[in-house]
Amino acid sequence: MSIAELSGHEKLLKFLDKPIAADAITDIIYMMCPMHLLTLQERIKELKVGQVLAVLTDYDGALEDIPAWCGKTGNEFVGVLESPDYYSFYVKKLKE
Amino acid sequence: MMGKIYLDHVATNPMHPEVLEAMMPFLKEDFGNPLSIYPPGAKAKEAIEGARGSVASLINAKPNEIIFTASGAESNNFALRGIALALQNKGKHIIVSKAEHHSILNSARFLEKSGFAVTYLPVDKSGLVDPDSVQRAITKETVLISIIHASPEVGTIEPVAEIAKIAKKNNIIFHTDAVASAGNIPVDVRELGVDALSLTAHQFYGPKGAGALYLKEGTRIVPLIYGGIQEGGRRAGTENVPAIAGIGKAAELAKRDMGKRSDHVKPLRDKLISSVLSKITNVYLTGHPEQRLPGHASFVVEYIEGEAMLLLLSAKGIYVASGSACSSKALKASPVLLSLGIPAHLAQGSVVFTLGEETKELEIDYLIETFPQIISRLREISPYSKGWEGTEGETCTVKK
Repeated sequence: MSIAELSGHEKLLKFLDKPIAADAITDIIYMMCPMHLLTLQERIKELKVGQVLAVLTDYDGALEDIPAWCGKTGNEFVGVLESPDYYSFYVKKLKE
Repeated sequence: MMGKIYLDHVATNPMHPEVLEAMMPFLKEDFGNPLSIYPPGAKAKEAIEGARGSVASLINAKPNEIIFTASGAESNNFALRGIALALQNKGKHIIVSKAEHHSILNSARFLEKSGFAVTYLPVDKSGLVDPDSVQRAITKETVLISIIHASPEVGTIEPVAEIAKIAKKNNIIFHTDAVASAGNIPVDVRELGVDALSLTAHQFYGPKGAGALYLKEGTRIVPLIYGGIQEGGRRAGTENVPAIAGIGKAAELAKRDMGKRSDHVKPLRDKLISSVLSKITNVYLTGHPEQRLPGHASFVVEYIEGEAMLLLLSAKGIYVASGSACSSKALKASPVLLSLGIPAHLAQGSVVFTLGEETKELEIDYLIETFPQIISRLREISPYSKGWEGTEGETCTVKK
């Protein structure tokens, strides 16, 4: 059972089977908590409404945190793609 | 006898008065933590970001490509270990030269213990790495190459741009240790084509305890220090704000005054080199005769022990170095000098003079007058003065 399943966040998780087009990519692989949330918060500001940000991270806690962050801030969690060494989280900006 | 003559600028430098001035507020009233959101914190944060911009500008990098560290050695450890570990799934082979600083050589040894293969490239007699040897050492497993930009010990400036091109062509990350060169000669990360570069403030009239690593945007690195969000999560720990303010000011001054400083020390260095070579017998310049740091004059003196020269020069108020500081303390032949093919017994007679912006011609003249007398005196009492007998078999632990 994954951390997300344990914490009940599996409902929010949406796994993708292939990469999707992103308007910006931020690579924070090897950076620990809370860099995934801080970077997401900073980089999303640079995007226009409707654009998609990809966050590349190997931090497992992001499986729980990023969908939850999207829920809280009113942005869309498009999905997560699992690669052997890291995850790619896709977030669509829905409001300024 | 003159006043004190400091000719060990490669060991460290005095702080420029403007650097100290820039640091003072952060040692006194502006003590806030840069992470705090109230005004004193914001002021500290502003100082850090200003310094980041100045250091970036010195080497033609973007501000977000500068990570502050506590020393050149930390930057070298961080680059070598952090980049190699980040890429270990791609391959486990790295390439360094035999003439690197201990912070690179010992990090390479650590990586060897962690399952990496390391190639230690030879250098020629002037300390140069042959770019073709880099090409030949590359394997499918190679993920990182690190070659020093300029040697603090023999002054040689390596063909880093050429080697970086080879690395790029083979899709390999390239790091250079520019601790002795950054701030002293033009260092442009775009022109050099490097992915990572180490530097430190006290080599260009900044404070000790303030280093930086340039890491090209998009280059992955595993942190050495985990903790908070400082330096983008790549190097945790509350920032040394005074030191960072100091490196920023020192970088600004180095960018402004580099040409002037270089024009000042070069003729003095040349005068020193030609005088030493003509006035003393059995003395050899180490490193490259032309392709060398502007204020750097290094020699090996036959039949004499480096520490003895240092002590007698010190008694005359002249402060210089012998080999690298760590080798000197260990009373062991310098691995860098051995890598140039200098025999171990001769490497013991190493002496390094490094000049700075405050060095006066009168001081060099005094040294030129004093040094031959010291050599004569030491040779009179040296057990080796009649030649090197029974000194064969000395070895060094650096891999050949």
